[in-house]
Amino acid sequence: MLYSEKVMDHFTNPRNVGEIENADGIGEVGNVKCGDIMKIYIKVDKGIITDVKFKTFGCGSAIASSSMATEMIKGKSIEDALELTNKAVVEALDGLPAHKVHCSVLAEEAVKAAVKDYYDKNGIEYDETKFCDGDCCHCSKHSEE
Amino acid sequence: MRIYADNAATTKVSPKVIEVMLPYFDKVYGNPSSLHTRGQEAAEALYEAREKIASLIGAEAREIYFTSGGSEADNQAIMSAARAGAKKDKKHIVSTKFEHHAVLHTLKRLEREGFEVTLVDVNENGIVKAEDIEKAIKEDTCLVTVMFANNEIGTIQPIAEIGALCHEKGVLFHTDAVQAAGHLDLDVKALSVDMLSASAHKFHGPKGVGFLYCKRGVVLKPLIEGGAQERGKRAGTENIPSIMGMAVALEEATSKIKENTEKLIPMRDKLIHGLEKIPHSRINGDKEKRLPGNVNICFEGIEGESLLLLLDAKGIEASSGSACTSGSLDPSHVLLSIGLPHDVAHGSLRVTISEETTDEEIDYIIKSVGEVVEYLRGISPVWEELIKGKREFILK
Repeated sequence: MLYSEKVMDHFTNPRNVGEIENADGIGEVGNVKCGDIMKIYIKVDKGIITDVKFKTFGCGSAIASSSMATEMIKGKSIEDALELTNKAVVEALDGLPAHKVHCSVLAEEAVKAAVKDYYDKNGIEYDETKFCDGDCCHCSKHSEE
Repeated sequence: MRIYADNAATTKVSPKVIEVMLPYFDKVYGNPSSLHTRGQEAAEALYEAREKIASLIGAEAREIYFTSGGSEADNQAIMSAARAGAKKDKKHIVSTKFEHHAVLHTLKRLEREGFEVTLVDVNENGIVKAEDIEKAIKEDTCLVTVMFANNEIGTIQPIAEIGALCHEKGVLFHTDAVQAAGHLDLDVKALSVDMLSASAHKFHGPKGVGFLYCKRGVVLKPLIEGGAQERGKRAGTENIPSIMGMAVALEEATSKIKENTEKLIPMRDKLIHGLEKIPHSRINGDKEKRLPGNVNICFEGIEGESLLLLLDAKGIEASSGSACTSGSLDPSHVLLSIGLPHDVAHGSLRVTISEETTDEEIDYIIKSVGEVVEYLRGISPVWEELIKGKREFILK
């Protein structure tokens, strides 16, 4: 099989699909030209992510990575969400094929982009260099392991 | 229910073919190069297979060279024509943008070696114009190579017309007929082709075997050096069981071309009509000049790999030209060659049916594709922007 059972489970029964009206932060990364776009919505209450939803255009592993990433940050603090790495997503999914690792990178960046949007909306200061510009086709920040 | 709808990738081996192959594993297992009785029995069988294949495409037995498949036949035809051309200072080759990689990558290799390659455009229906090929031919053109029918979108090319003009201009003409052999009538004389490649597993024969037709008088250089098999043009002990299987498979398929075409076209068209009712979709390739079993369609707002996997979960085995299925960032070069933007090419689906496909299966495919496309659009941020008017539809 191309994908682990975990990936297939999150792909065929994705968790937290949808949109949040009046979300506190929205992050969108990817490029339709490359074949994947992820959009993550977060609801934040007293620094805790109380709700999270996503929509993804992309392959099976992109959908599974977004589903897993939303599960991993739900109920966590904003700071914890920022610590989410693509590696952790891959591990939680019991692995991804080598050429699909970029999907997990996209999930990590989508979460960060949502947090950044939350910071921007609330006038909270942050370190710009920790966030990507969302141009995944030309991203050199992450190596595909 | 499991429906196999990926017959352009490979086909099921026919029971008659399996039966014909079996004795060549443990009874007539001699090496055709051996002089003893068992070897000579194999040599005779090999000759019969060669004659059979030759007669099915209007060639002579000595014009058929057995290979490991379509890719090897394509490689050999092109490399041979290039080497022969270089001797006469002719180092230009004409082909098209949407050939199979067996052709395109061989041409790339020749480019690195100093050859000049012109890849002619195909039109938005996936057909190359003979006049565009003619315009691309120069004084130093040593070869024109154009596929008979495209492997992704199934469009059939004007091979006889291109063959005639190549002959008029005295340029060698090769066609990759891997998708056409056993599905369309092939007569190398009527088509004026000098070289033609075919692969057995595309017409219910075994994998790992194919042939190259090379017209008598045309120089053919070996790709694989070694023994004197295939008149010194292809070394290696002949794969007798597979060659025997291929000959019977081609005979069986060729005898059923009319019957299969009459059965497949209405099913294919039913599939096309059913699928194109899905909003914001587009059928890729000419609807008439296409292989009887090929349907290729794009759906806006979704990605092809996820479409394939969800169809597989519903028991439908198909294929896609999406980048994710190939592991590269770019979607299929074939879909890009007919002018599809990247965004839309990512959402492609290829369904290739066979004579074993039933009407019920066609109905089930139409229903299932509709459901999966709707589901994937429901979770797609791109679709959301399209329907909210934040992004413009490409497919109306």
